Amino acid sequence: MAGSIDPAHQVALRPDPIHQFELHSLVPFGHIGNQQIAFTQSALYMFAAVAVITLITIVATSSRSVVPGRMQSLAEIFYEFIADTVHQATGDEGKRFMPLVFSLFMFVLVLNLFGMIPYAFAVTSHLVVTFGLAALVIGVVVVFGVMKHGTHFFGLFVPSGVPKPLLALLVPIEIISFISRPISLSVRLFANVLAGHIAMKIFAFFVVGLFSAGAWGLLFPLPLFLTIALTALEFLVAALQAYVFATLTAIYLNDALHPGH
Amino acid sequence: MAEHKSLTTPPANSDVKVVPSQGGHDAGHGTAHTGQPAHGAAFPPFETHTFLAQLIWLAISFGLLYYLMAKIALPRIEAILHARSSRLATDLDEAQRMKSEADAAGVAYETSLRDAQGKAQGIAQEARAKLAAESDKRRKDKEAELNAKIAASETTIRESTARAMGNVREIAGETAASIVERLTGHAPDRDSLDRALGAVH
Repeated sequence: MAGSIDPAHQVALRPDPIHQFELHSLVPFGHIGNQQIAFTQSALYMFAAVAVITLITIVATSSRSVVPGRMQSLAEIFYEFIADTVHQATGDEGKRFMPLVFSLFMFVLVLNLFGMIPYAFAVTSHLVVTFGLAALVIGVVVVFGVMKHGTHFFGLFVPSGVPKPLLALLVPIEIISFISRPISLSVRLFANVLAGHIAMKIFAFFVVGLFSAGAWGLLFPLPLFLTIALTALEFLVAALQAYVFATLTAIYLNDALHPGH
Repeated sequence: MAEHKSLTTPPANSDVKVVPSQGGHDAGHGTAHTGQPAHGAAFPPFETHTFLAQLIWLAISFGLLYYLMAKIALPRIEAILHARSSRLATDLDEAQRMKSEADAAGVAYETSLRDAQGKAQGIAQEARAKLAAESDKRRKDKEAELNAKIAASETTIRESTARAMGNVREIAGETAASIVERLTGHAPDRDSLDRALGAVH
């Protein structure tokens, strides 16, 4: 398959709203089976996100000042925000999951915001990435839940105080709802980012398209303002989806800590 | 397998690309198309042959991030916040302690001020009483002295008066005797003279 991971960078303007999601191989490594292994711009953005988060949370806090500077304040605000979220969802025992939820929140937030930079690539617009993160969350929930509560963890699927005959109906529903968690968690983030970027690109190209349509060009402010509004909305979505991802992670982790219904 | 000969050099026209077949079919018909989103075009997020690489990079980068956060960043931020809150707590305690100290000092000052005022008043009272007593005594002494002087003077006056009155009687008698002698030619006897002087008086 030659198409998807282009070795050459083609930043040329193309009215194709899907083009922006293509992966570009920066360092090709070859193949495993039919899998194409390469260091892509997506991987580069992932490591850039790690670098930015490290800058905020480690480099900026290295002076450990009692009166924080701007960057240290930022790190403290993020920390307290996520610590509050985790504490609200899971109580005191949830503190051990703080690094996981914090890393997920910062990773998703920074990647989403990277995607808002013009010409930049939105890593979270790839389902496999968001699904990988969601699978990690559910994996931690299941593994930790079974380790801590043994088979009692599966009481999660058995609502208490329900008559036996109804259980035959409810248990499958609970299992399906549990299995759909990683799917909904990943698809929510992926679809939001993907749809937002497609919408922005389409409306932006309406502006260009109207200019080449004679008198219709006078209408160009309409899609222009829509694009501006959509950009603002997408910034909101970028932050909100990171928050939603972190909050849902904390709520799911609460099931691992307290599996009772 | 079309999948195996990927990363072929792109066609000279960069807009033309080979569209991969969907669904893992090996028959990758190299459908060339120009930039438009033609039907059947690959949708990058669903190109399964990129999944493994993305997951690998995700695992490496997120694992690195998790390690950095869990081992360095979060303990450090927690320590900073903890240090700040304990610093604030000790500062507040210190401030509280200093305030109570200042209050105590204020109370002590008030008490000593009141004591001093009381003492000063006592001293003033005493001094006033002493002075009053002294001046009283002096006044009384003076009065007594003056009274004595007055009494002495009065005695002197009375004596002088008495003496003068005695002299007056004698002079009057002598004068009367000489008048009577001139008029009658002979000196009156002392008894009748005394009687006459007694009657006048």
